[in-house]
Amino acid sequence: MNGTRPIEENDLQAYADNQLDPARRAEIATYLAAHPEDAKRVQAYQRQNELLSAMFDPVLEEPVPAPLRRPEFLRWVRGLRYGAMAASLALAVMLGWYIRGTQQEEVVYTTLARQAAVAHVVYVPEVLHPVEVRAEQEEHLTKWLSKRLGIPVHAPHLGAVGYELVGGRLLPGGEKPAAQFMYQDARGQRLTLYISADSKDGKETAFRYAREGNVSVFYWIDGSYGYALSGEMDRERLLTVAEAVYHELNR
Amino acid sequence: MPHVFFTIDCVPLVDACARIVVNTVSESDDRVVDVVDDFKELIVEHIPRLRRYARALAGSRAPADDLVQDTLERSWARQHLWRRGSDLRAWLFTIMHNIYVNQRRQYQPAALLDDDAVEATANARPESAMEMRDLAKALAQLAPEYREVVLLVGLEQMRYEDVAEILNVPLGTVMSRLSRGRERLRALMSGEAKPVLRRVK
Repeated sequence: MNGTRPIEENDLQAYADNQLDPARRAEIATYLAAHPEDAKRVQAYQRQNELLSAMFDPVLEEPVPAPLRRPEFLRWVRGLRYGAMAASLALAVMLGWYIRGTQQEEVVYTTLARQAAVAHVVYVPEVLHPVEVRAEQEEHLTKWLSKRLGIPVHAPHLGAVGYELVGGRLLPGGEKPAAQFMYQDARGQRLTLYISADSKDGKETAFRYAREGNVSVFYWIDGSYGYALSGEMDRERLLTVAEAVYHELNR
Repeated sequence: MPHVFFTIDCVPLVDACARIVVNTVSESDDRVVDVVDDFKELIVEHIPRLRRYARALAGSRAPADDLVQDTLERSWARQHLWRRGSDLRAWLFTIMHNIYVNQRRQYQPAALLDDDAVEATANARPESAMEMRDLAKALAQLAPEYREVVLLVGLEQMRYEDVAEILNVPLGTVMSRLSRGRERLRALMSGEAKPVLRRVK
């Protein structure tokens, strides 16, 4: 053959990756047929590619975690990571102002639901820092939150309805701070239980339901405690969990 | 036991939040909402491949998804820098590469074999299970610069020119890293590895 370029290492790599034009590919094939050592090497590289595909292609089929599908939200959440407290406090104040004209009792309820929903949408998409204290240190977590809220607080166990405790954090509330416990099921779906210690009149209310965007909230007041359970799911499913929470808390 | 329910109408908070972000992109143009949604759809399409590459690069799922999260967040913040019509995939991989280089220590795949996905695949194909585990182990021992090239070419099936652009190195560097990286993997897998990767010219 005249005008044939010399065979180089790069050609062998490109042969393995199928990145050669047909003419050159044929030349390399001829070369490899005559050079078994190089042929063996190229075969090994091709096998590496096959194995990589076999190992990692299944990732393509995995469902993408919901937070990743909301890139605009990631930034918002990250921005808030440094000022989460201040931001949710400001939002709560704004919302409190907005509904100031309504009945005092309603203010207590709706503020509870809104604060819970705000805290829910801020922390649930967090991949790195969903909670301040993880479930492994549950005892420490509940002691700390009880101390800060000024009333005994504990995280209900929701294993019966398929949710495991991820952990919890302290949040700004009204007069007193509030607590948030986060739960997760086997598929990674998250719920939060918001507990406020602002209720003074010591009465008990019915479950109430509110929906903020995609977030459903069931909330109720039980003595000194205000509870709000938030999740991105329909009302019926959330109700099942809310009932389990109620039972666990009143055992 | 509480049993009475009623619904109150609330400000749709989540949407309100999305609007806040949209507004920071441009406060004047109403069409920006469509543009933003459009861009979001475009990048969301690439998430599975970003996750595949990150998984192979970082080893297990959690650090890999952190890497993807950082990449998406940064690309979102810098979407104005992407030239419409240019290769979005290459742009996203460039961002991921830059984050990986800066935070590489976090993503050292010390325990590639812990990855459930790899394990599951290996178990599903017993005939190549050993080879997969060997390759996973070998990959973890490969220097990051080599691992990146081997994965972008071998797993992501990218053209050498694109890899050079993503990694911001000359084509010759891509080729030499590819050749050495693969040879190193081959040696590690066949148990004849030398302790350091160095070839005297």
